[in-house]
Amino acid sequence: MLLINCPYCGEREQVEFSCGGEAHIERPKNPPDLNDDQWADYLFLRKNIKGLQYERWNHSFGCRQWFNVARNTATDEILAVYKIGEKPPELESNNPITPCGEPAIGSGNFSTSNK
Amino acid sequence: MIKKSKKYSVFSLVKNALSYHENWQPAWRNPEIKKEYDAIIVGGGGHGLTTAYYLAKNHGIKNIAVVEKGWIGGGNTGRNTTIIRSNYLWDQSAAIYDHALKLWEGMSQELNYNVMFSQRGVMNVAHNLHDVRELKRRWHANRLNGVDCEWLNTQEVKKFCPVINTSPNIRYPVLGATLQRRAGTARHDAVAWGYARGADAMGVDIIQNCEVTGININNGNVTGIETTRGTINTKKIGIVSAGHSSVIAKMAGIKLPLESRPLQALVSEPVKPVIDTVVMSNTIHAYVSQSDKGELVIGAGTDGYNSYSQRGGFNIVEDTIMAIVELFPLFSRMKMLRHWGGIVDICPDASPIISKTHINGLYFNCGWGTGGFKATPGSGWVFAHTIANDQPHALNAPFGINRFSSGELVDEHGAAAVAH
Ligand SMILES: Cc1cc2nc3c(=O)[nH]c(=O)nc-3n(C[C@H](O)[C@H](O)[C@H](O)COP(=O)(O)OP(=O)(O)OC[C@H]3O[C@@H](n4cnc5c(N)ncnc54)[C@H](O)[C@@H]3O)c2cc1C
Ligand SMILES: [Zn+2]
Repeated sequence: MLLINCPYCGEREQVEFSCGGEAHIERPKNPPDLNDDQWADYLFLRKNIKGLQYERWNHSFGCRQWFNVARNTATDEILAVYKIGEKPPELESNNPITPCGEPAIGSGNFSTSNK
Repeated sequence: MIKKSKKYSVFSLVKNALSYHENWQPAWRNPEIKKEYDAIIVGGGGHGLTTAYYLAKNHGIKNIAVVEKGWIGGGNTGRNTTIIRSNYLWDQSAAIYDHALKLWEGMSQELNYNVMFSQRGVMNVAHNLHDVRELKRRWHANRLNGVDCEWLNTQEVKKFCPVINTSPNIRYPVLGATLQRRAGTARHDAVAWGYARGADAMGVDIIQNCEVTGININNGNVTGIETTRGTINTKKIGIVSAGHSSVIAKMAGIKLPLESRPLQALVSEPVKPVIDTVVMSNTIHAYVSQSDKGELVIGAGTDGYNSYSQRGGFNIVEDTIMAIVELFPLFSRMKMLRHWGGIVDICPDASPIISKTHINGLYFNCGWGTGGFKATPGSGWVFAHTIANDQPHALNAPFGINRFSSGELVDEHGAAAVAH
C-alpha cells in the first residue's frame, strides 16, 4: 500500500485517502462559449500518463483537506506532495527505461537485471 | 482456415501419442517482419487477435501484422477471471455483448481449438432493496432484448448454489439474484492461442516481443509505426492495447477519456468441485467461480488511483476476501496460491470505445476496462468491420469516441460496477 505524506497530518496509509485524479485541470472561465468538443476535453479527456503524473488527493478519513501529489504511475513512487494552489514542482521523471517500456521497479513482468 | 493435415482431432492425438508427443508442430509461425502491411493491429491480446482473424476471414484482408510488445495473451487476456455474460442494461450493450456470446457458443468448433467454454450460468446477487430493484430492472430490460435472464428468490438461490450463505443474519443477506444460464467461463489462454492459430493459418503475421514506440502520420493519414524492431509501413492501424491505450494515443497526439488502473484477481489451492456456477455481487464487491483444475477463481476490485505498475494494493484483496468469506463461510480455511494484477482502461460510462479517429487510418478499440474478456469475439468482429470499411458496424456505431462530445453516453456502471 502507498504511504502518503499529508501536508497537514503527516504520513498515513493510502486507505485513509481518496484520489481525485489529474490535477491542474482548470474549470472553463466562460462556460457558455465552449463548444461540445471543448466540454468533452474538460469533462472526460485525461492525460492518463504512464510516468510522472500530478494528481489531487483528499485525506478523506483524516483532516479532509485536498492537496496535490506528484507520483510516477509506472512505479507508484511518490515524488512530491504540495498544497492546492501551489505550482507543480519541476521534477525529473523516471520514465520507463526498458525496451518493453517497463520501469525498473514496480512492474510485475520485469526482471531486475536491467538498469 | 486450418489445413486438413494440421487439424486437431482424435486421430492427430493418437498419431502424436505414438511418437511420444514429440512431433507436434508450433500452432503459429514466428515470421520475419515485412516492410509493409495492409493493416497493423497493435496489441496481441484477445481483442487484437480476433480483429486480425475477422479481418482475414470476413473481409479478405490477409496481409496483416499483429504487433505485441510481450507475448500474445500476456496482458489482460491472460489475467482475467474469464466471466462471460451478456446481461447488460442498455439496448446498445445488450446487442454487442450478446453478439459476442453467440460467437462464444460456436468458438471451439470454428477454431478447431478447445476454449473450454462452459455455460455454467452467472448469478448476480442482491443484498438490499436497491439491489433488488436494480437487478429486476436489468432482468426486464434483458428480456425485452431477447437476452436470457431469470429472477431467483433466496430459496432458489440456495438451491442453485448450495454453498452460499443465505442466513438472514449476515450484514448483507442474500435477497435474491438474477441468473443468466447461457453465461459462464472459458479458458482465457486458449482463446488467444486459438485465434492466433486461426489467423496465422490465413496468413496473418503474429509478431511478438516488438513494442510500438511511435505512430507515423503524414498530412492527417497514418503511414506506419515505429517499433523496437524497426519501422513498419501501413495505411491502417488498429490500436487494441487495453491499459496502454492512452500511452499509444499520445504517440498520435490524441487524448482519450480513459483512466488506467490495476485490477486484481487471485486463485486458491485446488479442491474438489464445490461451486458449479459463477456468483457475483456488486454490493459486497466480490465474485467467485471454480476452475476446471479446482481452484477458486476470485476477482477483486480496482485500486482507487491510476497506475501502470501491474500490481494493486493489498487492502483491495483483503476487502474482497472478507466479502467472500461472509458469503461462503466454508471457504474461510482455504489457502490462496497465486495473486496478480492487470492494468485496465476505464471509460467514464463503463462502455468501450470502438471507433475511427480524426486521423485517417487510425482506429481505437479500448475502454473495455474491467469487463472486456466476454466481448472478445464480438469486439474483433465489429472492429474488423470498422477497419475494413472505414466506418462502424451497426453494433459499434453507438460506441464512437464522439459520444463524449455529443453526450450520448452508454452508462453501464450498474451492469459493470463489480470488476469482471
Ligand atoms: C484481474 C482481471 C479480471 C478480469 N475479469 C474479467 C472477467 O471476468 N470477465 C470479463 O469479461 N473481463 C474481465 N477482465 C477484463 C478483460 O481482461 C479485458 O477487458 C480484456 O481481456 C481486454 O482484452 P484486450 O485484448 O483488449 O487487452 P490485452 O489482453 O491486455 O491486450 C493488449 C495487449 O497490448 C499490448 N501492448 C501494450 N502496449 C503495447 C505497445 N506499445 N506495443 C505493442 N503491444 C502493446 C500488451 O502487451 C497486451 O498484450 C478482467 C481484467 C483483469 C485485469
Ligand atoms: Zn490530513
